[in-house]
Amino acid sequence: MEILATIWFVLIVVLWIGYLFLDGFDLGVGMLMPVLSRSERGKRVLLNSIGPVWDGNEVWLITAAGATFAAFPHWYASLFSALYIPLTVCLLALIFRAVAIEYRGKGHTQAWKSFWTWAMALGSAGTAFCVGAMLAITTTGLPLNANGDLVGGAFAWLSWPAVLGGLGGLGFTLAHGLIYLGLKTQADIRARAQRWAVRLMLPAAVPFLIWFALSITHRTWLAVLVAASLAAFIAAFFAVRAGAEKRAFVLHGIYLVAGIAAVFAGAYPDVLPSTLDPANSLTIASASSSHYTLSVMLIVTVIFLPIIIGYQIFSYRMFLGRLSETHIPEAHRVPVAIRS
Amino acid sequence: MDLDPVLIGRWQFGITTVYHFWMVPLTLGLGMLVAILQTMYHRTGNEVYLRSTKFFGKLFLINFIMGVATGLVQEFQFGMAWSEYSRFVGDVFGAPLALEALLAFFLESTFLGLWIFGWGRLPRAIHLGALWCAVIGSWISAYFIIVANSWMQHPVGVEMVDGRPVMTDVWAVLTNNTALAAYTHTLFGALAVGGSFLLGISWYHLHRRRRDGIDTVDESGKVVVGEAPEVPGRDRIDHAVWIRSLRIGAIVGIIAFAGVAITGDVQAKLMFEQQPMKMASAEGACHDGTEFSVLTIGDPATNDCDGVENIFEIPGLLSFLAKGDFSTPVHGVNTLLPDYQEKYGTNLPDDPKYGQHAGEAIDYQPIMIVTYWGFRFMIGFGLIAAGVCVIGLWLTRKGTVPRSTWLMRGALLAITTPFIANSAGWVFTEMGRQPFVVAPNPAQLDGVYMFTQAALSPEVTPPMLLFSLISLSLVYGVLMVVELRLLTVYIRGGVASAMPELAESKKKHTPTITNDGDDVLSFAY
Repeated sequence: MEILATIWFVLIVVLWIGYLFLDGFDLGVGMLMPVLSRSERGKRVLLNSIGPVWDGNEVWLITAAGATFAAFPHWYASLFSALYIPLTVCLLALIFRAVAIEYRGKGHTQAWKSFWTWAMALGSAGTAFCVGAMLAITTTGLPLNANGDLVGGAFAWLSWPAVLGGLGGLGFTLAHGLIYLGLKTQADIRARAQRWAVRLMLPAAVPFLIWFALSITHRTWLAVLVAASLAAFIAAFFAVRAGAEKRAFVLHGIYLVAGIAAVFAGAYPDVLPSTLDPANSLTIASASSSHYTLSVMLIVTVIFLPIIIGYQIFSYRMFLGRLSETHIPEAHRVPVAIRS
Repeated sequence: MDLDPVLIGRWQFGITTVYHFWMVPLTLGLGMLVAILQTMYHRTGNEVYLRSTKFFGKLFLINFIMGVATGLVQEFQFGMAWSEYSRFVGDVFGAPLALEALLAFFLESTFLGLWIFGWGRLPRAIHLGALWCAVIGSWISAYFIIVANSWMQHPVGVEMVDGRPVMTDVWAVLTNNTALAAYTHTLFGALAVGGSFLLGISWYHLHRRRRDGIDTVDESGKVVVGEAPEVPGRDRIDHAVWIRSLRIGAIVGIIAFAGVAITGDVQAKLMFEQQPMKMASAEGACHDGTEFSVLTIGDPATNDCDGVENIFEIPGLLSFLAKGDFSTPVHGVNTLLPDYQEKYGTNLPDDPKYGQHAGEAIDYQPIMIVTYWGFRFMIGFGLIAAGVCVIGLWLTRKGTVPRSTWLMRGALLAITTPFIANSAGWVFTEMGRQPFVVAPNPAQLDGVYMFTQAALSPEVTPPMLLFSLISLSLVYGVLMVVELRLLTVYIRGGVASAMPELAESKKKHTPTITNDGDDVLSFAY
């Protein structure tokens, strides 16, 4: 039971890391839409750099939430109901982000395009902030009563860890998006992404690094992981500066993996601590599903997760090339098939 | 003012779910049809199918994204607004949601991305395969979510441990007879939506071609196909695109109706056994009987079945729907009520988890006006949709549609009928489950049921619920207008709206797109 629940805890952390690593750059690119390139074609380069893959990346979020529900129903129920207001905002943000990607190119007025550009930017930023805040909160805790419900009103979740995690989510995805654009585009957008990354990476990483470092207060040996994360981050920074984009992207991922792993390893076995009374904390034992459910779900996951990763890699390989403004076709107006 | 949080929560779930389920059946039904069209293109190389694939594929995508966006709300709100429900059922209910994401959404989203951007970039067979993967993914997702829903209608495969149902048999959950019947019923319902969609839109374009004098008919009524070089895409092939799409849509609509009827019959028989009160309420029937009510008068809104009077009934039909014969009496509300009260109590327990409803008398009878008319709207609008398909096939037998503008408008309006039937069916079956959020399984499973009043998140207050209800409804409303406007623009543009090369001058031939990376993308947002 303990072992199975621990495996599931690890799997859910893996799913969250997968989400942050993959959709993270989509969110970053989304936030950069209004500002990184002034020209319409430049904006479309950004949009199309994530166009074929963003939806598959977002499924990591759906799976993380669904797996939490299946494996730790009490975690899912307490966390999601406690974060009622921020998750509502998060959903609205996700809705606007998704619809913006599909609809932006389907209208031709300036107002239409800038509306969806900003919808995408704010939607991406809102999602990044809320997801970051949610992950920070679930490791630092909430004022939960014995039933696992938030007490203290609709905004009792709003604490410095929430803000730290939210800003960390913003910072990480922004930097990640810039590094991704360096990898995925060419010519002046690539150069600009690199310049911005060099300037933004260090301040953007501060909140996450603080959050990562806090894990040492739970278990001293986690300093190893935190140090690995920090080292990967510094190496990523120098790789960006040197223009080694692939290496930078991988190192930025290692920074994320090591850091998030440290944070959740620090919280273990709590999945959602109560700041009111440790007896109210949700742990992997008290929050998890039955042995049977965990086993069934584990078998399915062990079989299918590698297949999923396989075909997602396939899809990335299909769209491997760098994009530039010359690749973007002329926008076409929708005709009216009526004889005048 | 003392707002009832359960009521707001239910309105929110109802609004967001019905809305989500406007996008979903179109995704399921149209996706399958587009995949079939592209398969036909792949096999025959006939440009007619390429054009219909591109055109309906574009409309499919405009709609698809709204299903994706609103689907997230569905998954999150169980935990957000219904945390007690999530805690109670999580062991068994969370699994299908996680399986849906793992087995269906990844497949659907990843391969749809490949399909959208893969025109001219992927080998043709792989490109077609990508669409099939995406469509199959959407069909798998429908299966898992209906497994989850059917468990709420008819819980199986669990036993009670420490006051909560714990899954003991995942196979029983996955093969729940309620789920299999509801799944097939839903898929045929989605195909009906796809069929009507093809029919209505193709009708519009054939009518447009006639009105613009492009197509005419000879004295026997047979079509004489013409072309209008000055209108983008209005060549001779264009006519074939629409007439074939129309007829495919009509045939699919008719097949879908047959499927809906057969699976609905299976479902009804299960429902009579599993949720007798739902069917009694759908009938507005107080007393045992064999007659199916076609029309009642009186005031069903009072929820007093003795206050309504059936003015037109078909003897024996109700028994046929329920049991397959014409004489077995079907229990009415008055017969069922004491049984329910004996098994599940007359009053909600005096427990704080029922909030302001603790100790209230339980009304086991669902809101009769909703169940009665929901059932009849479902059947009625389904019938209309199928009827339009039959008439459409007949009227287009000579190769085009009549010149009548009213008929064209009717065909466009008929697109809404399977949507209405779908929504009515879901409203009926969900509202008919009340007062339970997890309906008891009368055959077994002592204690595996839950009243809706106990399902809400205890610390989520009415203002919080109103905040999400209002903001989601507003955004949904605006996005609905945007989606419909976009669909209209693209529909009016005809095939050229999805194939801009048709609108370009003839001297520019379609460039062959190769893979060497320096070419303009064949598709970009």
